Amino acid sequence: MNRTRELTVSAPSDREIVLSRDFDAPAALVFDALTRPELLTRWFGARGWNLVVCEVDLQVGGAWRFVSRGPDDAEMAHGGTYRVIDRPHRLVYTELYDEQSYPGETLISHELVERDTATALTTTVLYATPEGRDRVLKYPMARGVGESFDRLATVLADVRMESRGDAS
Amino acid sequence: MATDLLDATFAALADPTRRAILTRLAAGDATVMELAAPFAMSQPAISKHLKVLERAGLVSRGRDAQRRPCHLEARPLRAATDWLENYRRYWEESYRRLDALLEELRADRAGDLEEGGA
Repeated sequence: MNRTRELTVSAPSDREIVLSRDFDAPAALVFDALTRPELLTRWFGARGWNLVVCEVDLQVGGAWRFVSRGPDDAEMAHGGTYRVIDRPHRLVYTELYDEQSYPGETLISHELVERDTATALTTTVLYATPEGRDRVLKYPMARGVGESFDRLATVLADVRMESRGDAS
Repeated sequence: MATDLLDATFAALADPTRRAILTRLAAGDATVMELAAPFAMSQPAISKHLKVLERAGLVSRGRDAQRRPCHLEARPLRAATDWLENYRRYWEESYRRLDALLEELRADRAGDLEEGGA
C-alpha cells in the first residue's frame, strides 16, 4: 500500500476550508483522538499553542469547550455543540470563539474512512458567511482560508502547490 | 502584507470569472476586448471585474492609451497562497503530534492484546 500522509488544504467554496490527511491508525483510534480530552490535550495545537482546558460532553446536543494557551501566555477559547456522533465514521459539531469578530457559528465535520489499518480523515470547516471565513485571517493562530490551491495553481505556475497524491 | 489587502485579495479571488481572468493573464497580457471574448459577457461587465482585481492589486493596466493591456501582478497572489500554505503548515504540525500519539496508542493496544487484556 502506498499512501500519502501529506496534508492538503483546499477551499471548494467561499465559505469552506477542507483539510485531508491519512493517519496510520484504525478509524476508532483517530476518532478517539478527536473526542477524548486526555488524548486531545496531547496533540491539538501547534507553534507553541496547547490546550489548557478541554471539556467534552460527547453526546448529541452536548457541549465542548477548549482553551488554548500560546506564546506570551495569550489565550484563546472556543466551544460548541455536538451535532452528529457516529464513531468511528463521522463527527459533526458547531464552533464559536469567545472573542469572535465574525457572525455566526462555524460547522466542523470530520469524515473518517478506514482502509486496511490506515484512516483518511477529511475535515470540512463551513463558515456562516464568506466574510467570516476571510475574517479568520485575523486570528493570532493565523487560522483562515484562501481560494483553492488547484485554482491558484493554474494562475501562478511558479508557486509550488500541494496536490493530493495517489489515494490507494 | 496588511490584512486588509489580503482580505481584498481573497474577496477578488472568490469570483469564478475573476479567477478565469487571472488564469488568462498568467499566459500573457491582454486587452479588455481579448479578455471579454471567451466569456459570454459585455466589455463593461468585464471592466467591472477588472476594477475589483485592480483594487486588490492583482491586475495593473498598461500606459498605452488605446489598448491599456491588463497585466497580472503576481505578488499579492503569492502572499495569498503563502498564507494558505501557512495555514496548512500549522495543521500539519498539529497532525504530526497526532501521528506520534496514534503510534503510541497502537503500541499500547498491541501490548494489551498480548497480555490478553481488553
